[in-house]
Amino acid sequence: MNPANYLYVSVLLFVIGAIGVVVRRNAIVVFMCIELMLNASNLAFVTFARINGNLDGQVIAFFTMVVAACEVVIGLAIIVTIYRTRRSASVDDANLLKR
Amino acid sequence: MNWLIILGLIPLAGAFVLSALPAASELLAKRIALVTTLAVAGVAIAMATQFQRDNVDPQFVQSYSWIPTFGINFAVGIDGIALVLILLSSLLAPVVVLAGWNEAAGGRWSVKTFYILILILQTMIIGVFSASDVFLFYVFFEAMLIPVYFLIGGYGTGARAAAAVKFLLYSLFGGLLMLAAIIGLYVLSGEQGGHTFDIAALSNLQMSSTTENLLFLGFFIAFAIKAPVWPFHTWLPDAADSAAPGTSVLLLGVLDKVGTFGMIKYCLVLFPNASKTFTPLIITLAVISIIYGAMLAIGQKDFKRLIAFTSISHFGFITLGIFAMTTQGQSGATLYMFNHGFSTAALFLVAGWMAARRGSSTISDFGGLQRVTPIMAWSFFFAGMSSLALPGLSSFVSEFLVLVGTYTRYPVAAIIAAFGIVLAALYILIPIQRALHGPTTPGNESLSDLNLREKIAIAPVLAVILVLGFYPSPLLNVINPAAQHSISQAGFSDPLPTIETHSTAKVGE
Amino acid sequence: MTSNSLVYLIALPLIGSAVLLLAGRRADRWGHVLATLASGSSFVVGLYQFSQMLARSGEERAVTQKLFSWISVGSFKVDAALMLDQLSICFVLLITGVGTLIHIYSIAYMSHDLDRRRFFAYLNLFIAAMLLLVLGDSYLNLYVGWEGVGLASYLLIGFWNQKPTYATAAKKAFIANRVGDLGLSLAIMISFATLGTVSFSGVKEQAEHASTGALTAIGIMLLVAATGKSAQFPLQAWLGDAMAGPTPVSALIHAATMVTAGVYLIVRSNFIFDAAPTAQLMVAIVGAITLLFGAIIGMAKDDIKKALAASTMSQIGYMILGAGLGPAGYAFAIMHLLTHGFFKAGMFLGAGSVMHGMDDEVNMRRFGGLRKFMPITFATFGIGYLAIIGVPPFAGFYSKDKIIEVAFNAGGVKGWIFGCTALLGAAITAFYMTRLVIMTFAGNKRWDAKAHPHESPALMWIPMVLLAVGSVASGFIFSQGNSLRNWLAPVVEHEHEVEVELLSPAVVSILALLLVALGVGIAVMKYLRTEVLREAPENVSIFTKIARRDLMQDAFNEAVFMRPGQKVTAALVDIDKFVIDGAVRGVARLTQGSGSALRTTQTGYVRSYAMWILLGAIGLVATIWIVTL
Repeated sequence: MNPANYLYVSVLLFVIGAIGVVVRRNAIVVFMCIELMLNASNLAFVTFARINGNLDGQVIAFFTMVVAACEVVIGLAIIVTIYRTRRSASVDDANLLKR
Repeated sequence: MNWLIILGLIPLAGAFVLSALPAASELLAKRIALVTTLAVAGVAIAMATQFQRDNVDPQFVQSYSWIPTFGINFAVGIDGIALVLILLSSLLAPVVVLAGWNEAAGGRWSVKTFYILILILQTMIIGVFSASDVFLFYVFFEAMLIPVYFLIGGYGTGARAAAAVKFLLYSLFGGLLMLAAIIGLYVLSGEQGGHTFDIAALSNLQMSSTTENLLFLGFFIAFAIKAPVWPFHTWLPDAADSAAPGTSVLLLGVLDKVGTFGMIKYCLVLFPNASKTFTPLIITLAVISIIYGAMLAIGQKDFKRLIAFTSISHFGFITLGIFAMTTQGQSGATLYMFNHGFSTAALFLVAGWMAARRGSSTISDFGGLQRVTPIMAWSFFFAGMSSLALPGLSSFVSEFLVLVGTYTRYPVAAIIAAFGIVLAALYILIPIQRALHGPTTPGNESLSDLNLREKIAIAPVLAVILVLGFYPSPLLNVINPAAQHSISQAGFSDPLPTIETHSTAKVGE
Repeated sequence: MTSNSLVYLIALPLIGSAVLLLAGRRADRWGHVLATLASGSSFVVGLYQFSQMLARSGEERAVTQKLFSWISVGSFKVDAALMLDQLSICFVLLITGVGTLIHIYSIAYMSHDLDRRRFFAYLNLFIAAMLLLVLGDSYLNLYVGWEGVGLASYLLIGFWNQKPTYATAAKKAFIANRVGDLGLSLAIMISFATLGTVSFSGVKEQAEHASTGALTAIGIMLLVAATGKSAQFPLQAWLGDAMAGPTPVSALIHAATMVTAGVYLIVRSNFIFDAAPTAQLMVAIVGAITLLFGAIIGMAKDDIKKALAASTMSQIGYMILGAGLGPAGYAFAIMHLLTHGFFKAGMFLGAGSVMHGMDDEVNMRRFGGLRKFMPITFATFGIGYLAIIGVPPFAGFYSKDKIIEVAFNAGGVKGWIFGCTALLGAAITAFYMTRLVIMTFAGNKRWDAKAHPHESPALMWIPMVLLAVGSVASGFIFSQGNSLRNWLAPVVEHEHEVEVELLSPAVVSILALLLVALGVGIAVMKYLRTEVLREAPENVSIFTKIARRDLMQDAFNEAVFMRPGQKVTAALVDIDKFVIDGAVRGVARLTQGSGSALRTTQTGYVRSYAMWILLGAIGLVATIWIVTL
C-alpha cells in the first residue's frame, strides 16, 4: 500500500483537530481535538519512519505519547479546577488573561 | 596607596553602615552621611596634594583583572581633568547633604534610603571619572542612573515619577548607542591584535573614516544627552524641576559633567579624526545651546526650570571650549565644569530654600525678599552674579578662557557665543528684580532668613566662587598639562597670533 | 619702575567694603566713618604716589606692581598687575579725592536712611573697582574693574529698590553696560588672536606690526565698550534712569568718575586708535552726536537730576569727541574730564542739597527763588554753572574751548562739522544750564506750602565748597603752560603738533563766548522775564514733546529690542515645549500607542489564540514552501 495514504489520513486528522480547537467551546472537546492533532502528527512520524526505513520517527512518536500523557494529566486537572470555580467548561468563559 | 579605590569605597562603606541602621534613627543617618561625605572630601583633597601636576600620564593607576574572557580590567587612573572633577563631586557632596538636611522628609521611602542612594551615587561618580577601561566606564555610566532615578522618583516633588522615567529612558537611549560603539571598538581591537577595553590601547586603533565617524557618533550622542547639548536637553528642565534641590545640584553640578568629561576623554582621544570632521556641527550645536538656553531661561516662570536652562547655556560654553581645540578652550572648559558646579549649586540651593519657605518655586510668588530675608537674598544675588560670569568671580575666568580660545580658531562662533553674556545679565537680573527687589508682596512678609546650618552650607560654596575668581591658578596648573595633552593627542596646536611680522619679542609677558 | 604700595590704593576701600558688608548691622554705628577713612587713606596713598612721580623725570614716571599670575593657559598669560602712569594718576586723584568728598557729604545726606552702612559699603566697593579699572595693566584687568564699577553702579542705582521703577532703572543700567562689556570682551579676544597679548604695553608694542583691519576692529569694539559705560549714543538710554540712585551716587558715579571710564579707555588705547583712522573717526562722530543729543534732552527736562544727567551725557560727548580727534585732543579730553569731574560733581551735590532742603522734590517747576534760603548752595552751584557754560576764568572755559578749537582744526569738512557741532552744543549748554539755575534759584517761589527750604549742614556744604574751588582753579592750573598736556605727553605721544590752524584760539573763544551769551540771553528772556508755570505746559511743539521723552530713545529700544525680544523668547518657550520636547514625547506616545493598539489583539479567548497559532503555522509553512519552491 502506498505510504502516502497514511500521510493523507494524518493531514485529515490534523485539520479536523485544528478546526475543532478553533470552533468548539467545550474545554473537553477542545482538549480531545488537541489530542487528535497530536496523534495525527504521531501517525505522520510513524509513516515517515516507515518510508525512510529507520526508527527515528518511531522514537519520536513514543516521545510524543509520553508528553501527551503528561499533558492530559495537567490539562484535565486545569479543566476540572476551572469547572469547579466557574461552573462551566466553556473555554470562552475563561478569559482572565485579558485583564 | 590605592587612593582612587579607597576614595570610591568610603561612600560605599558609609552606605552599608546606613543600611544596617533602623529606619527610625533619621538624625543618626544624616550625621553618618555627613561624616562620610566629609571624609571623602578630605581624602580627595589629600589625594590632590599627592598629584604630580606636570605629569600628563594617568596617575594613581590601579588595574585588576575582572572578566579575563573579554579582556576587561578593573582599571583606574586619573589625569588633571578627572582630578578636578573628582574634587568637584567630593566637595559638593557634603554641601548637598548639609543643605538638604530635611529634603528626604517628604519622600516615598525612608530618610536613610535617601542617603544610601546619595552615597552609592557618589561611588559611581568617582568610578566614572577614574575608570581607564572603557567597559568599566560604561558600567559606571549606566549604573549611575539607578540611584538618580530613585532619588528623583522617590524624593522629588510634582510630577516626579514622570520626570524620573523621562530621565532614565533618555539616558538609557544614549547609553545604548554608546554600548554599540563600545562593542564596535572591541571587535576592531580583536581584529588588530587582541581584544581589549583599555583606552590607551584603543586610541591606537586603525579604522576607516566611516567606522570612526559612526563610533564617534555613538559616544557623542550619549554624552550630548548627558551634558545636555541642544536638542537633547528636554529631560533636564523636567528633572531639575521635579527633583529635590540637593538632587538637582548633584544632577546639574556633577552628573552632567560626565557628558562633557566623556567628550574630552573619549571622543577626542579615541576618535581624533572624526572629532575634526564633526567639529563644525558640534560648534554649531554648542552655540545654539548657549543662545537657546539663555533665551529659554529668560522666558521661564519657575526658578528651578530657569536654573536648568541657564545650565544648558553654560554647557554650551563648555562644549564650545572642548571642540574649539585650543589650550585656552580646553582648559577653560574644564575649569568651567568645576566653576559651574559651584555656582549652580549655590543658585539651586538658595532657590530651593526659597521655594521650601514659600511653598512654591514660581518667580512671581516672591517679591521684596531683600527686606525680609537679607542673607538669603544676598546669597542668591551672589550666586546669580557668578552665573552671569561677573569678573572677579570664578565663572568669569573660565567663560573668558573658552571665548578667547574659541575666537582664535572660530571667530564667528565666539562672537555669537559672546552675546550669551548679555543674555546672561537678563536671565539673572529679571528674576532677581522680581523676587528680591520691589515691595514685599503678600505671602512673603514672614519668611525666615537662613539658619545656621544653611549658612554653614552656603558659605564655603560662595567662598570658593570668590577665591577662584581672583586666584584660579591652583586649578589651572593642574588642568593645563592635561588639556594641552588632550589637544595634542587630537592632533591640534594653538593658532599663532595673526600678526604680520615674525616679531621675536616674547608676547604676552 | 616697580612699586609695592600700589595695591593699597585698591585694597583699602575693598577691605572697607568687605568689613561693612560682612559685619552687618553691628557696623551701623561706625560704618560710614570707616568707609570715609578707607577712601581718604586711599587718597593719601594716591598723593604719596603723585609726589613720588613728580620726583622722577618724564619717561620713568610710570610704576608697575605685579601681584600674582592670574590666568596662565598656553600663550594666554595675564598677571594681576597694576600700573600707575601719568594718565592713571589723574584718575586716581580724581576718584579718591572727589570720592572722599562725596563720602563726607553722604554722611549727612544719608543720615536718616536705615541702610546707610550698606550705602557706604557700596561706595567703597565702587572706589575699589574704579581704581582697579584705571590701574590695571592689561585690558583684562581693566575689564574686572570695568564690570566691578558696573556692579557697584547697579547696586547704588537700585539702592532704594523697594520702589519697582528704581529696581528697573538699575537693571536697565546693568544690561546696557553689559552690551558695552560685550564690546570690550570682543576687543580683548581680537587683540589676543591677532596680537597675541592683552597687556597695554604688549598691545602698544605689537600694534605697529598689526594690520589696520584688525586694529580697526579692536578700536570699534573698544568704542562699543565706551558707549555702554559712558552713556554715549546709541547706548545712552540708561543714564537718565540711573538718577534713581541717591544723589551722591549720581555725583560720584554718574557724573565725575564711572561714566568717564569710556574716555579713559579710548585715551588709554591711543596706540590703537592712532593706527586705525576709521575707528578714530567713529569715536569723534559718536561724541559729536551724543553732545548734541544730551544737550537737546537737557533743554526739555524739568527734573533737576535728569537735566544734569543729560548735561553729563553731553559733556562726555565733548570728551569722546576730543579723544576721537587723535593726539591733538587726548590731553584736552582728559582735561575736560577732570574739570567736569569738579564742576558736575559740585552741581550734583548742590542739587542734592536742594532736594535735601525741599523734601526730596526734584521737579524744578516746584522750586524757584531758593537763592535766599540756600546761599551756600546757590554760590557753589553758581560757580559750577559758570564753569560748565565756559565763562572765563572758570574751569570749563579752558577745557571746552580747547576741544572746540581742536575740532575746528581737525581739517577739511570734518573739522567744520565737528567744530560747528561743538559750538552749537556750547550754546545749547548755556541755554539749558541757565534755565536750570533760573528755575531753581531765581524767579518766583513755586513750592508747596509745607516745604521749608533751608541750608544744608556743614558736612554737606564743605565738600560743595571744595569742589567749587576746584571748578574755579582747575582749568587755569591744567592749562597754565600746557601743564596737563606735557604731563600726559609720554602716555599719549602727541608728537604731531596741530598742523593746520583753521581758527586761532582767540577766535574760537570769542565765537564760543558769543554763542554762550546768546544761549544765556534766550534762557533769561524765556524763564526770568516770563513766569515759570508750576505744571509743565502741554500745548508745546512736537519737538519739545520728543525731547521730553528723551528723543524717543526708550521707545526705540522698546520697539526694536525689548518687545521683539519678548516675542522671540515666548515663541522659543513654545517651540521648546511643543516641537523639541514634543518630538521626544511623540516618540514616547508612539511607543505607548502602538502598545495599546497591539493590546487589543489579546482577547483572552483561548480559541482566538489557537486561531492565531494556526494561521501563523499555516503562514510559516506557506512561506517555507514558497521560498523552497
